[in-house]
Formats: sequence, structure tokens, C-alpha cells
Amino acid sequence: MHTNLLKWSLLLSVVVVLCLSGASHAQLTTYQQQQWLHSPAASSHVGNLSGDARAAALPYRRYCVGCHGELGDGNGENAVWMPPPMFQKPRDFQLAIFKCRSTPTGTLPTDQDLFDAITRGFDRTNMPSWNPLTKQERADLVAWIKHFSPRWQTEKPGTPIQIPPEPEITPERVKAGQDVFAKMQCWKCHGAQGMANGPSASTLTDDLSQPIAAFNFTDGSRPKCGDTDRDIYRIFMTGLDGTPMPSFADNIKPEEAWDLVFYLRSLQPHNSFNAKEKQIAKQLGLKPVDTNAPAQ
Amino acid sequence: MRMWAQSHLCQKPQRAVSVLAAVFVLTFLILSASQPANALPAFARKYGLRCSACHESWPALNNFGLKFRDNGYQLMNDRDSPVWQNPGYWPVTFRITPIWHRVSTPQQVDTYDSTTGAITGSTTQRISSTGFDLSGLDFHTGGILEKNFSFYVLPSSDSTGAFHFESVNARVDNIAGSSWLNVRLGKFELNNLLSEKRTLWLTGNGGIYQTYHFIPVNDGNTFGQMGDNQLGMEYMGHSVDDKTRVSAALLSSNDGSVGLITGANSYSGFFTFDQAFDAGKMGTERVGAYAFVGEAATYYLTSGGVPLAGSGIGNKGFSRVGFYGQFYLGPHFDLNVVTQHGSDNAYFGQGYGSAIASDGNGTATCTTSSGCPPNNTPGTVLPPGSRAPTWNGYTFEARYVYSPQLIFKGVYEAERMSQQATPGTATNLGNINNYSIGYRYNPFMTSRAGFAYFGEFNLFQSANGPLTSSNKASYINTSELLFGIDFDF
Repeated sequence: MHTNLLKWSLLLSVVVVLCLSGASHAQLTTYQQQQWLHSPAASSHVGNLSGDARAAALPYRRYCVGCHGELGDGNGENAVWMPPPMFQKPRDFQLAIFKCRSTPTGTLPTDQDLFDAITRGFDRTNMPSWNPLTKQERADLVAWIKHFSPRWQTEKPGTPIQIPPEPEITPERVKAGQDVFAKMQCWKCHGAQGMANGPSASTLTDDLSQPIAAFNFTDGSRPKCGDTDRDIYRIFMTGLDGTPMPSFADNIKPEEAWDLVFYLRSLQPHNSFNAKEKQIAKQLGLKPVDTNAPAQ
Repeated sequence: MRMWAQSHLCQKPQRAVSVLAAVFVLTFLILSASQPANALPAFARKYGLRCSACHESWPALNNFGLKFRDNGYQLMNDRDSPVWQNPGYWPVTFRITPIWHRVSTPQQVDTYDSTTGAITGSTTQRISSTGFDLSGLDFHTGGILEKNFSFYVLPSSDSTGAFHFESVNARVDNIAGSSWLNVRLGKFELNNLLSEKRTLWLTGNGGIYQTYHFIPVNDGNTFGQMGDNQLGMEYMGHSVDDKTRVSAALLSSNDGSVGLITGANSYSGFFTFDQAFDAGKMGTERVGAYAFVGEAATYYLTSGGVPLAGSGIGNKGFSRVGFYGQFYLGPHFDLNVVTQHGSDNAYFGQGYGSAIASDGNGTATCTTSSGCPPNNTPGTVLPPGSRAPTWNGYTFEARYVYSPQLIFKGVYEAERMSQQATPGTATNLGNINNYSIGYRYNPFMTSRAGFAYFGEFNLFQSANGPLTSSNKASYINTSELLFGIDFDF
């Protein structure tokens, strides 16, 4: 009898251990999970790959949940340790608002955009490049990200913008780019020399009213959404949704956007992309834009 | 019946004690599970990533963690430099593992005359001992001094509290902006794909990979142990996505002992190459090869018959070559394979070599001539027929990752002599079979601390026993059952 009591005590102890250890992970209801995971939105298509959200539950918990949270709301356990503007708060997937897109402002990104973001990571944030993960894992994670917001069930991603071929770099284009920089008043945030010290820089906030810094072209930082010329062009034309950086698709022509790319390249420190732009800017003896000139 | 009753009565208190002990342990585990830890692991708290981001199960690295390490403990996201850290950030992690274990091993035990109490001889007897115990304490400190200047220092103690430097190295990363140019100097773990320093195992024989440490019976070459951290300089390069990795290290042939206590001018090299492939839903598969080749001293100058530290000369060669494989079979299961073909010069095979042993602190422990291995003074010749001992080794480690918090694991290792140094020796003398199974469970997983319950069983078989009728050495079995908690903060 005494031995039986001990045995039952032992069994009960094991059950209690298992219950206690499992309790902390019961954040999502089974109903919510099933509803999400069986919706058409819980899939992705990246090239020839089809991502399945259900396959991403484990990788998300392993790699992502610490920042983005169990509910994908950007309130993971580490979110409080990322004070803006030095760090960006983790992305809130429930809002489905994404900076880096190939689609027009206000629209959902393509699966490829999300896949590229996971692969590339975001400089100057705690989001690293996850390219050691297999492509299938990344495609599955794209599907998982989409299941956090009902937007993916009611809206389709925007149509990717067309990027014309990159023209040849000429002194005229670099100078014209500077004119666009002045005309569009980019300097108000980015500063006359691209040092992120324009008169509005200190007042910038994102859509969540969190302080946010303008991009400094001169400190060697890489743009968040990619550092090729096409990536920079795309940023002008799509904007960075959720931030003060608007889309200029309705304000500047494609050739002007290319001019601006060349001018901004000339502001950057020497890198593998801008040797010609730097040389031209030096030959032209470009001075910082006149911030007192009237806006056009 | 009466005898049974007596026996049963005698057993009852023992059983009750065992059950009470189990209840005590479980109660302790429950209490532990319900209290979150407050302290901070070094890298996880710096980047806000959970342990599982870099570790398949701490401390074994996954592919993301491997890339992080190869980048010099950097995520390469322009927030790596210490200037981005809170000045209060302290890149130190402590690790210790309280355990309960049962060790069972055969030993030579004296026999006594029952009347006089005098020792009359000895007999082999299996000794099983159980109890609570502690492993050593590790102070891990690592990170970067400035972007692309990384370091790792690991003062480590044994279970008595005696410290030594397990790892001390600094590394210049991404020289000229290239991930293919990284150079490290100091004492470091060799670029083993299946890392022994990040092993999931903690038993005495299972806690090391036998393939990385195998030495034939009576062989004097202790310098080819690729599982031990070594002193030297390493070049390492990798592709940006870390799929392709290559390394070459120039090492002192002293098995990581400080103070130049062995050979005066003996060096070895360790070379690796591995390539990963994206296998879709199967995961990332990685294959590679390694070669550990070098020379080490075989004899020493003596003073009063005692070998002089640093005087080792008469360098002879050794080699360890083999393949690595890391195969993921879906999201839950992976298999790690290491093979090895080893060869030592005949002098090592006859016991010449490590005349000056070291306890890892640079202190010579072979201080009397009688306690030292044979010293090959000039003019000494090898016994007739002496030849280079050779062997083959295999390690298979399987892991089933139920979730990032629960992993089941198993290891099988086989070491097989293919040629003994002395003709006529039992062909299997020194062969090893090593089996381990276990689990590791993290009741919580955050970026602030690591805590795991683990349990392991290891069976170690070595062919060192009496000869059988077929001139084979019989196997001696040693087993260990171990439960404990592993925490770092």
C-alpha cells in the first residue's frame, strides 16, 4: 500500500513536470492555429518553391519568436530591448505593413519580397540574414508570416513596379540627380550632404509613433532593402511603408529616379558600386544642395 | 520461503529509499521548472536571439550558428560592434552541470589473507558507485573587440576547481572585406564539423568522441588528438552564406599544452574542407574532409634520468585523415558521421613520444624516470619487426529534434586497429565500441539563460582484457548512467 502510494506520487510528479513545462507555450488557441493554418493564405510561392505555413511552426519558434513574438505582433521577449531609433522594433506581422517591397506603396508585398527580406536581413537592425536556412525553410516562413494578418486573405499583393534598364552614368545625370535631391527636398530628412541631419531628421517617427532615423548615405551603411542600384531605385518608387519615406512614383520620372541613384551613390563612401559616380562628383566639384532655394 | 521473506524485508527499506530519492529529485525538478532564471548568456542577450536560433540544442550549433561563429561571432548586420551595446553589457557566460550518476567499471582489487590481513594478490572486480557530483566550471567570454576583431577566452576548471585555459584566441575577420580571409591566433578548437567542445554528451567516456582521441595501446603519440584544443594559427575562409568552408591551421605538436614543454621544433597541420547542399525539404546536407598531419618528438634529453622539458627531438610523423558528413533527413532528424584513418610512426607505436605528459597547465607531471614512457636515447633501435600502427575509426551521432526544447540523441563509435606496432599482438587489442543514448530537455527557452535537464547512458567497451583462445583481447565494459541539469547564464 505504502509502495503503491509512492508509485502514484512519482507518476503524479511526472505529470506535473510535463504540465508546468508545457504551460508557457500555450499562447495560441488551437482554434486560432487551425483556422490560420488551413486558410489559403497560409502558403507561399517563391519561384518553383511552394511554402507551407504548417511546416514553418518549428523554424519560427526556433529562429523568430524571440523578437516577433508568438502572435507575430513584434512583441517578442526581446522587443523591449530594442529602443528606437538606435534599433527598430521587430516587425508587427499582424499589420502586414512592410518596408521592402517591389509593389506600389500601400499594397502587400509579393512572396518573393518577403523571401528576399528573410534572406538578406536588415542592416542596422537585429534582423540578420537567414541565408543559412534552406530555401524551402525560408519559403515556409514566408507562408507562416502571412498567416498572422487577415489582409492576406482579403487582398492580393500589388503588381511589382517596372524598373527600366539602368542608363549610362554621365556627369549630366549626376548633376541632374542633385537637382532632383534638391527639388524633392530629400535634404530635409537626409541632410544637404546626405548625413541624415536635415532639419526634420530629429522629428521623424514611424506609423507607430516610434522615433526613426533617416538614412545616412555617408557612414558606409547599407540600405535596408538592398544595396544594388536597382534596389535604391525601387525604394524611391515604392517608398518604405510604415516610415516617413514616401513613394515618389507620382512625382519623379523613371529617368529622374536613375539620376537620383547616381547622385546618392556619389555621397556614399567608396564601395564596390560607386567608383564612377565618386569620380564624376569630384570632377564636377559638386557642392551640397542649397537648402535655402525655394521648393519647386 | 523464510529466506525469501528475510530477503524481501531487507530489500524493502532500500526500495523505499530509492523511491524517496526519485521523488526528491522530481520535486527538485518541478521547483526548478517553475522558477525562471534571471541571468544572461553572452551572445543571446547581445543579439536578442534565443539559444535555438544558433544551437540545434545547446551547445551544438546549427547552420545559422555555424555561420555566426565563422563570421567571428558577428551577425554582419552593422550592429555587431561593441559601441552599439549598453555599456553594462558583460560578455560572460558561466556553465556548470550538477549531476547524479552511476559508474560501473571493472578494476583490479587486492585480495587479503583472512587471518593475517596481508595482501595476497589481486582480482578483477566490477565496482559500481553512485552519487551526486559536479562537473567543472566554465567561464565563457567571447565576442568582438571592434567590428571584425573577435576573441574567445575560456578559463575552465576541473571538478576540484583547478583552472586552466581551455581556449584563448583572437581572430581578425573578413580581412579586406572578404569572408574568405580570417586568421586566428592562440589556443582554439580545430575546425571539426562535429564539434567535441559543443558536444551534447556529458558522461566520462561519452563526453568525448573516441575517434578524435584514439591512441593505440602502448602508443606514445598524444599529439594527434583532434578533439583537444590546440595552440597555433588558423586560416579560415567561407562563402557569404557559409555553404562552403575551408581552413588550414599550423599547430605546435604539444596537444595544446602551454610552456613549450615537449618538442623544441615540432609542428603539425590541420586542414578541412566542407560543402553544404540545399536538399529542399530534407534540409541542408553537408559533406567534407579533413587531414591532421604532422611531426612530434620521440625522445628527450634527460637530466638525472628525467626528461627535460622542451628538449624533445627525433621528430616522427603521424596522420589522421577522414570524412565528415552532416545529413538532415527532414526537420526533425539528422545524422552526423565522422570517419578516420590514423597512422603513427613505428617509434610512437613502441611507446616513444610523449615522455613529458602535461596536466594542461604546462606543468610536467612525468618527473621521475621510472614513471616515464621509454626514452629513446640516441643509438636506441626499435625492436625487430616494429611497424607503424594503423587504425580506422567511425563515429555516428543521430539526433531527433522533437522541438527546439527537446532532443533525443544517440552515438555509436567504433575504433578498429588495422595494424599493430608489434607483430604477434592480438589484432583487436585497443579496439573500442562506444554507445551512448540520451535526451536533453529545456523546460524554457529564452535569450536570457540556458537550462536543461538531461539524461544519458553510456556503454564503453575496450579490447584490453585477457586474451581469448583465438588470441584476441577480450572486451572490458564500463558503463555510466547520468542525470543532471545543465545551466548557463
